[in-house]
Amino acid sequence: MSRLQVVSGKGGTGKTTVAAALALALATEGKRTLLVEVEGRQGIAQLFETEALPYEERKIAVAPGGGEVYALAIDPELALLDYLQMFYKLGGAGRALKKLGAIDFATTIAPGLRDVLLTGKACEAVRRKDKSGRFAYDYVVMDAPPTGRITRFLNVNDEVAGLAKIGPIHNQAQAVMRVLKSPETAVHLVTLLEEMPVQETVDGIAELRSARLPVGRIIVNMVRPEVLDAADLELVRTVPRSTVARSLSSAGLGGARRGGRAERLVDPLLTQAEEYAERYALEHEQRAVLTELGLPLHELPLFAEGMDLAGLYELARELREQGVS
Amino acid sequence: MSRPDPAHTHDPARHLSPARVLDVDPLLADPKTRIVVCCGSGGVGKTTTAAALGLRAAERGRKVVVLTIDPARRLAQSMGIDSLDNTPRRVKGIDDSAGGELHAMMLDMKRTFDEIVEAHADPERAAAILGNPFYQSLSAGFAGTQEYMAMEKLGQLRARDEWDLIVVDTPPSRSALDFLDAPKRLGSFLDGRLIRLLTAPAKLGGRAGMKFLNVGMSMMTGTLGKLLGGQLLKDVQTFVSAMDTTFGGFRTRADATYKLLQAPGTAFLVVAAPERDALREAAYFVERLAAEDMPLAGLVLNRVHGSGAGRLSAERALAAAENLEEPRIVDQEGGKAVLRNSLDTYDSSDSPASETPAPAAAEASDGGSPAEDAENTENTERSVDQLTAGLLRLHAERMQLLSREQRTRDRFTALHPEVAVTEVGALPGDVHDLAGLRDIGDRLAANERELPDPADDSEPPHADSRPEASA
Repeated sequence: MSRLQVVSGKGGTGKTTVAAALALALATEGKRTLLVEVEGRQGIAQLFETEALPYEERKIAVAPGGGEVYALAIDPELALLDYLQMFYKLGGAGRALKKLGAIDFATTIAPGLRDVLLTGKACEAVRRKDKSGRFAYDYVVMDAPPTGRITRFLNVNDEVAGLAKIGPIHNQAQAVMRVLKSPETAVHLVTLLEEMPVQETVDGIAELRSARLPVGRIIVNMVRPEVLDAADLELVRTVPRSTVARSLSSAGLGGARRGGRAERLVDPLLTQAEEYAERYALEHEQRAVLTELGLPLHELPLFAEGMDLAGLYELARELREQGVS
Repeated sequence: MSRPDPAHTHDPARHLSPARVLDVDPLLADPKTRIVVCCGSGGVGKTTTAAALGLRAAERGRKVVVLTIDPARRLAQSMGIDSLDNTPRRVKGIDDSAGGELHAMMLDMKRTFDEIVEAHADPERAAAILGNPFYQSLSAGFAGTQEYMAMEKLGQLRARDEWDLIVVDTPPSRSALDFLDAPKRLGSFLDGRLIRLLTAPAKLGGRAGMKFLNVGMSMMTGTLGKLLGGQLLKDVQTFVSAMDTTFGGFRTRADATYKLLQAPGTAFLVVAAPERDALREAAYFVERLAAEDMPLAGLVLNRVHGSGAGRLSAERALAAAENLEEPRIVDQEGGKAVLRNSLDTYDSSDSPASETPAPAAAEASDGGSPAEDAENTENTERSVDQLTAGLLRLHAERMQLLSREQRTRDRFTALHPEVAVTEVGALPGDVHDLAGLRDIGDRLAANERELPDPADDSEPPHADSRPEASA
């Protein structure tokens, strides 16, 4: 099992939720995981119902069986200052640079620099060992940028190639790429059973593969429960309306005669079933497209009432049962 | 087009229902409307809405161009713009009997940026800028470039004055505000103090108080140089000064395009889905438009669910489904007779009017003759009951969704009663042809409330007539 698990996906597919659930799932049985946020949105804090995360690793959840989930929101400005401090011993000058907006400026004109700082921090956590030589974290899970940007984000070497050819940033990029292109890393893509997210997933995988980044699993999120199966949908097309009316009536919903309460329900209910059938067919189509990719495919249920902490643990349990951890 | 004022047609107790209904057709038909901007957070159907509005306006006689940013492949193909060539193409297959035209284009952000450079600089200087590595990374993927270029393209289309109406889709982003903020951010970054200092440090000399800055500067350029490589800083400097001399300042340019959005004839439509996050973004946007004096035409609430059986509550549907799925009791015939009897009584007392058309005749024409009934085996009856239970569960799910959507919408309208709203029913599939767009256009203009008003959805209280109570 790869120790750095990168979770990406089209915006709106719930990649932060899946990343958090994965961190929880991987933490069971006494393991320790670090969940890393790189886009400064504080999505993890919202999900775990805690206050905004600072730029330091802190425990945010306990997993079943005594495991622990730590979280870190990486701030590229502070990460850059760390580096400058480490390599150039800037002292107070670092603060002056920050005040002048130079840090912001540097990460803005060179987005690759920003990315290498973010991935660098995550890779450092992957490699970190404690005094006894044991890894500080069993797994690091990264809530990464969306599918459209993930390959550029991870392919830091190319991105900083135009920057310093020697020096700490260069070395940093080399070290990061060694981790990212190794079996130590797996990039998972979160999608929905809809046309655009699936298309983006297919494109994203092609890009990752051509950059030789290790693609992990596809996780289909927010899958709606199957209320009617194929046999039911077949019956919907052929069933006489009057039979359905009588069935509704026997369930206590009024008269089955024409104009009766139960009879008047038949048309709208069958219309809803037809809409369901259409969506069902579309979802099958998209599922087939995903299956063809030949990657491990997992499905997570939709929580109609919205995601909360209990739902997150539920998803983590689901991921464990599906053998993701 | 006169419509009854909703304020008078609604029960005053339903104060949560939208105060105003957005009427799309007069907006599209008004020759004074020259630009319609569809904005909203990502994934709410902005592109489809923009395309549907464009088609509708064109089929009603206007000469329209739709500027899309990142359309789904099949939607783009349906309009014949699957090639990204940055010029409007005439859309074939529309109904042009009213004399209208529809053109569509997909934004190519890099090409748009290149065009600006080519249009403003002599060939030699343009070549220098286009070849500058910093320019290349800026035009290909800088945060905010897409928004900036969308606005730029809008300005260009407007300046050409070839179309009566421009419908603009906005780039996909988490926040709808990005469309307004990103161009300014980019402009002020490129025009910013730091970049000025870097590009023209010599100008600082001599002024009092600048000594410290100069020391800071040299230290900073030194550090940044080490970090980024001296070449990148030089690239930035060359680029900015080249751009500066060609058309004087990015911020000026960004400001000019921004003003276009405040000009009369521009109308904003905020697009949202009835989901918490999307409507929260919509609310931010509404507030922002007001603060910027930008005219908001209304809110398009997409993917709203309705039900033809809205009077059957989720709870009752689920109870009935359970009832059908329970194994039949031993004395089935007797039990059923009692059940039917009690229900018919309740039914006729509840809605006597609906029972007046001769029920016997109606039943016969349905094909449900007693002889046929007898032929029905126990098995088919079981599977129909199972299907019916499924239909009821599906309905319960729909009703739960509907009431969530209604709550979300009502929260928005309570905060912004001044915003006119139009609701567009959810479609089971994706739209990828002109017929589908036309259908969306009809739904946009229909002003039909898909979601019930708060007072409409309560089921009359008759819980005690439920069959399980009598069994």
